[in-house]
Amino acid sequence: MAKKVAFLQGNEAAAQGALYAGCTFFGGYPITPSTEVAEVMSVELPKIGGKFIQMEDEIGAMASVIGASLTGAKVLTATSGPGLSLKQELIGYACIAETPCVIVNVMRGGPSTGMPTGPSQSDVMCAKWGTHGDHPAICLTPASVQELFEETVRAFNLAEKYRTPVMVMPDEIVAHMRERIVFPEPGELEVINRTAPSVSPAEYKPYDTSFGDVPPLAAFGSGYRFHVTGLNKGQDGFPTTKAAWVQAEEERQVRKVDANIDDIVQFEEYELADAEVAIVAYGSTSRSARFAVNEARKQGIKAGLFRIKTFWPFPEKQIAALAGKVKAFITPEMNLGMCTGEVKRCAEGKAAVHGIFRVDGEPINPGQILEKIKEVK
Amino acid sequence: MSQRYEIRFSGAGGQGLILAGVIMAEAASIYDGKQAVQSQSYGPEARGGASKSEVIVSDTMIDYPKATVVDALLALTQEAADKYSHDLKEGGVLLIDSDLVKNVPKGNFNTVAFPIINTAKNEVGREIVANIVALGAMVALTGVVTKEGAEKAVLARVPEAFMELNKKAFQMGYEKAIAARA
Repeated sequence: MAKKVAFLQGNEAAAQGALYAGCTFFGGYPITPSTEVAEVMSVELPKIGGKFIQMEDEIGAMASVIGASLTGAKVLTATSGPGLSLKQELIGYACIAETPCVIVNVMRGGPSTGMPTGPSQSDVMCAKWGTHGDHPAICLTPASVQELFEETVRAFNLAEKYRTPVMVMPDEIVAHMRERIVFPEPGELEVINRTAPSVSPAEYKPYDTSFGDVPPLAAFGSGYRFHVTGLNKGQDGFPTTKAAWVQAEEERQVRKVDANIDDIVQFEEYELADAEVAIVAYGSTSRSARFAVNEARKQGIKAGLFRIKTFWPFPEKQIAALAGKVKAFITPEMNLGMCTGEVKRCAEGKAAVHGIFRVDGEPINPGQILEKIKEVK
Repeated sequence: MSQRYEIRFSGAGGQGLILAGVIMAEAASIYDGKQAVQSQSYGPEARGGASKSEVIVSDTMIDYPKATVVDALLALTQEAADKYSHDLKEGGVLLIDSDLVKNVPKGNFNTVAFPIINTAKNEVGREIVANIVALGAMVALTGVVTKEGAEKAVLARVPEAFMELNKKAFQMGYEKAIAARA
């Protein structure tokens, strides 16, 4: 049977990916340029018995998805820059309460209201450091409409597997552009569900680490009762200040991601085998970079592309290895050097790092990157 | 065609140019079996302000989704003609509304002009279909998608009650562009 094909917008693909992954709840507050995610969910969720709710603001929206997730539902919210800032308090809550949820954040100009319709990549640091305290962070940066579908499915899988919030961060170009998409058949992409408790309600503890770093999560309404709080908590979910326990728990929560980097980090290497100049790029900027690499190769310049698909956890090991091989890195991005700083950190001075930064609401075009390749080769 | 072909629809927000671009790209991608990417750029205003919609068509994978050198440009306002004609390719096509773009951009390209909005208003009967008149004209002038494919793409986007109106708009734009080019 021929697969279903459509010409879809990135945001529409994110919503369809969420539905494929089994999302049954969306709580949100509309904001350009992410609104189409909410629009699709508001049409599709009622058809499958799911729930869509537009909350009073982004903080309420984030709270609503945490509550819905605790009932066992797979949950989604979508927002952009200023909305992401508002959600941060509750994102921290989801981290410490270990509640699976997926946040699609479409990157537009900032800070504050910034440039609502202009593209940007300046929220990538906010994905890791936006909420205070030590906490795990997973952030995916897809570069095409097809990938936005697939990475949203993967975001749900990671959220459920590691009991933690996961962010999908397309820039405005990827979120708003339209491309052909081939819908995967049901079962074609892996869909992971959270682990349910194997013990009786009387024996159940929501943070029982004897089951491993990711304790099983019971659904409210299924006969299991437990306490949920933003305070540091014991195995039973009630607040605790026992020093050794709190230390161990903070470390465990971060370890859920740190010990599983190879399971989480994905990237694409293009023409890197003999490359002397490596471009490190993500999102729509990686498409300009690929264009520039092809042009450079035509002119006999050994350029390649390391495309980041998983921004957090950062592909440290891979960048460090590349630093030992290439002469220079070029890091084009629609911010003033966020990924560039990470690449410098990983390169540890072994290769020069040259940034190309744009925050004027215009994309970084292939010509700009090609020029830089010629300059540093 | 192995090369990229780049089309830009430009004008003011609210003129339906993003939709015209989407339909062109759907014609290429869904009905003609080519690769296509459509992207857009617009201001924060709901109406007015310069707006553009870009379509890249190719036989091979499209990496950069925005225009680099434009093969064909539609400009429905003077502001759009001034702002968006600088990267039009030598020998490319410029289609303008002859009532609205009085100061015709100079360059080494072929300019085609006819009263697009007026055609929609007075000959088709509804100003709202000016974007479809313009689309028909761009299909005729670029030849990058088939007329049949484009017509199917238009009809797939339009509610039943407005099919005839849009068909007429598309056909009229197609014919007027050919006449204006001659």
